[in-house]
Amino acid sequence: MSFINKPKVAHPSLPTNALGMTRRQYEGSMSTLCAGCGHDSVTAAVIEACWGLDMRPEQLVKLSGIGCSSKTTAYFVSGSHGFNSVHGRMPSIASGANAANRELTYVGVSGDGDSLSIGLGQLVHAIRRNVNMLYLIENNGVYGLTKGQFSASADIGTKAKKGEVNQSPPIDPVLLALSLGATFVARGFSGDKAQLVPLIQAGIRHRGFALIDVLSPCVTFNDHEGSTKSYTFTREHYHAAIEADYVPPAQEISVDYPEGETLPVQLHDGSRVVLRKLGASYDPTDRSAAYGFIEEKLKQNEYVTGLIHINEDVSHEFHHLNKTSSVPLNRIPFEKLSPGSAALEKLLGRYR
Amino acid sequence: MPNLVNAPDRVNDFVIKFANVNGTGSASANSLIMKAVFRMGVPVTGKNYFPSNIQGLPTWYEIRVTRDGYSARAGRVDIMVAMNAETYSKDVREVASGGYLLYDATWPRSTLLQRGDITVIGVPLAQLVNENFDGVRNRILLKNIAYAGVLAALLDIDLEAINGLMSESYGKKPKLLESNTRALRLGYDYAKEHLQCPLPLRVERMDKTRGHIMIDGNTAAGLGCVYAGATIGAWYPITPSTSLMDAFKGFCERYRVDPATGEHNFAVIQAEDELAAIGMVLGASWNGARAFTPTSGPGISLMNEFLGLAYYAEVPCVIFDVQRVGPSTGMPTRTQQGDIMLCAYASHGDTRHVLLFPANPEECFYMAVKAFDLAERLQTPVFVLSDLDIGMNDWMCKDLKWDDAYRPDRGKMLSAEELASLDKFYRYVDRDDDAIPYRTLPGVSPKGAYFTRGSGHNQYGAYTEDSAEYQFVLDRLKRKFSTAARYVPKPEILGKGDSKIGIVSVGSCDGAVREAIDVLARQKIAVDYMRIKAFPFGHDVESFLSLHATIFVVEQNRDAQLRSLLTLETAVDKSKLKSILSYSGFPMSCEPIVDGIRATLPDAPRLTAITGKHAR
Repeated sequence: MSFINKPKVAHPSLPTNALGMTRRQYEGSMSTLCAGCGHDSVTAAVIEACWGLDMRPEQLVKLSGIGCSSKTTAYFVSGSHGFNSVHGRMPSIASGANAANRELTYVGVSGDGDSLSIGLGQLVHAIRRNVNMLYLIENNGVYGLTKGQFSASADIGTKAKKGEVNQSPPIDPVLLALSLGATFVARGFSGDKAQLVPLIQAGIRHRGFALIDVLSPCVTFNDHEGSTKSYTFTREHYHAAIEADYVPPAQEISVDYPEGETLPVQLHDGSRVVLRKLGASYDPTDRSAAYGFIEEKLKQNEYVTGLIHINEDVSHEFHHLNKTSSVPLNRIPFEKLSPGSAALEKLLGRYR
Repeated sequence: MPNLVNAPDRVNDFVIKFANVNGTGSASANSLIMKAVFRMGVPVTGKNYFPSNIQGLPTWYEIRVTRDGYSARAGRVDIMVAMNAETYSKDVREVASGGYLLYDATWPRSTLLQRGDITVIGVPLAQLVNENFDGVRNRILLKNIAYAGVLAALLDIDLEAINGLMSESYGKKPKLLESNTRALRLGYDYAKEHLQCPLPLRVERMDKTRGHIMIDGNTAAGLGCVYAGATIGAWYPITPSTSLMDAFKGFCERYRVDPATGEHNFAVIQAEDELAAIGMVLGASWNGARAFTPTSGPGISLMNEFLGLAYYAEVPCVIFDVQRVGPSTGMPTRTQQGDIMLCAYASHGDTRHVLLFPANPEECFYMAVKAFDLAERLQTPVFVLSDLDIGMNDWMCKDLKWDDAYRPDRGKMLSAEELASLDKFYRYVDRDDDAIPYRTLPGVSPKGAYFTRGSGHNQYGAYTEDSAEYQFVLDRLKRKFSTAARYVPKPEILGKGDSKIGIVSVGSCDGAVREAIDVLARQKIAVDYMRIKAFPFGHDVESFLSLHATIFVVEQNRDAQLRSLLTLETAVDKSKLKSILSYSGFPMSCEPIVDGIRATLPDAPRLTAITGKHAR
């Protein structure tokens, strides 16, 4: 990203969304990541997605843990609250925040170290709890801030910058999320914004836990020959299998999709994702089939990208199970929360 | 000098101890006895000494009938209800000279239970029950009720009081009520027919429990959270704090479910561990809900990382630490005050936290409410340091009162309108010169947006690695802690203030200290007493410390943690502070306090020498 702050003044000809806001107004502070970092492209995709969704900035809550990826929540939508928590613990902050106010939109940004090592426990339990949020993993296979150690997503045989070869099997967040019953599982590539933006939009609109694993190469520590998370390797091996288009609620599905190769899925708020499948037999609503397909492709060194699995059943969503009040818990008037002196006096009879 | 053992009048002043096997349903029989005494207007306390186990291990329950209304453990046993053959030899030794032991004589144990100075009472309980009831489990349960009947006869406890309690419990289950009533009568009639009733130790109606309840601290704290308007509780199960969340949830199901829609005005989240539990509390509090977590020492250890974030990023949160015996797993079902230092300075770097120290369940209720007000006013974690004795045992307390005019102190939280009137909002600027900044909630206005971080930040909330900017915020946090000292509850001070000797104590030691003060007063030794209710210490604490030449610091841990905190955080001359420590895991009795103070006075006999007992 640029090294000088861009002026916030926008040219009058810049396109605006339904709120009359330009893309510039969805930006955050200047990125301090390395030039060419995949994470900055993900940031740009988030900005584009929020702009496209006509989201009020204060509607969004940005959450992160620790690491290069977790810094990025400062780089988009400066008009929304951000919470940069501690390493690997963002899911619990998100769970609590979401419990307090179910009306806001929660986007968590994490990395492969933050999510798959120190934070693995919190990630799997946020999935299990089915917290209504979008969880982005900016996955580059290395620890950047501590200078290039392998992360738990590093593939067997991948080579570190200093030559060390990884021997331990990787944890694949997509297979992990599928096995845990996550209701929205996708994989993207920071270098394919056209694919990533609708995935983010659909993930935000999905009611429940939406995980997007974004392959996001580290230009400084993991972009060399022999790395399986470099730009070159990723471009050669990513397999855009299931393209998704996000269609807002008010809009007609006007594009002419070939019969049998598309699958429109209605989201909870009335919007839709239209999935364009490369193979007509692929059914992203079938979790076990999706698992088998991804695993098979991984064996062939192929990262399948796109919306891999979606399930719009909300019966396991946190608030649904909790029967939480439709008025957010943080806005219920005190008079409705405190039972009062008469109730207390009555209750004391139990303790006499 | 009163001779406590052979005091002529032991009416309404004695201790019954029940030795049982855990998982046999003895708890309900034991609490029947306790509640019946309470309903006869006689002050009483109950203490449960139970194993960290579900079924099969020895467990004890102690009821102190105390006409003077003492709340501490008596440190003596007058009647042992020995229902566990495995612990007979230990139990028989524990009975005070002149005392009694009741056991199940279905299997006579003439040799094992021999002691010349006590009276052994055998009742063939199992035989009685087996002749009258069917079913193995049923017989085990009803045997407990049968010994309650025997005790009612021996101690002159009103049978109707017990029957009343049983019909309240089993009102909707007539079959159960019938069998329990019959079992009670079986024991009662047997005792009346075969034993000399009542014993010299007996219960006589008084009128000293009116306006009081019997409640445990976890229930009271859970209720306090409901009254304070807390909507989110996140927790990981851990003894002895579990019943706090159970209570909160139970009260919420009663008071917080919308009758029309069935919607819940609360969320109880069982987290995957304590790290996540405190994270959820922070997330919820940051987002404007009143949120809390109940835990115990091992949980606090795990929460340290997040507690530092909450301190530095100034996120309110309420933590109940129901302390148990450490270090490590320790003895999970025994009591201690071992987390004082852990909580005061939890997390790495320069951190200091607000602590509240309830002394009994009544204070657990009020301090729960206070904790939320303080946390939001000061924008920082607030710990309520209870312990197993307060949290899980039944205490006689004054009726809890609620002022309907109470409204939560949400502290400095800016509304959309207030934000609109500002030029620009900065999260950590000290606008009022009290070191407390203003906060905003997500979703209110883009003008209130800020970035919460545990990394170095300046007063505008922006990331910084600039020394001056970093120190500016850190120094304000230190000033904020001084502000906190003005907001927290003041200590409770007893005595005329003219004694050279002062006692300083905290939390559940209170009952033992008050009893010790009475014993010392009868021996013409006057002491002043300050019970610390909160950290940071304020002016009143400093002045009590400076006014007394010798100060005994009474607490329940090995390393004199309260004394350490006093020496670190006040100007006191540390050579004045003498420790009286109890860390056996049992609630403190008055003996070590009386002994400790008398030992420093010339020519004074020690209480153990007077009574011939051993301090445990």
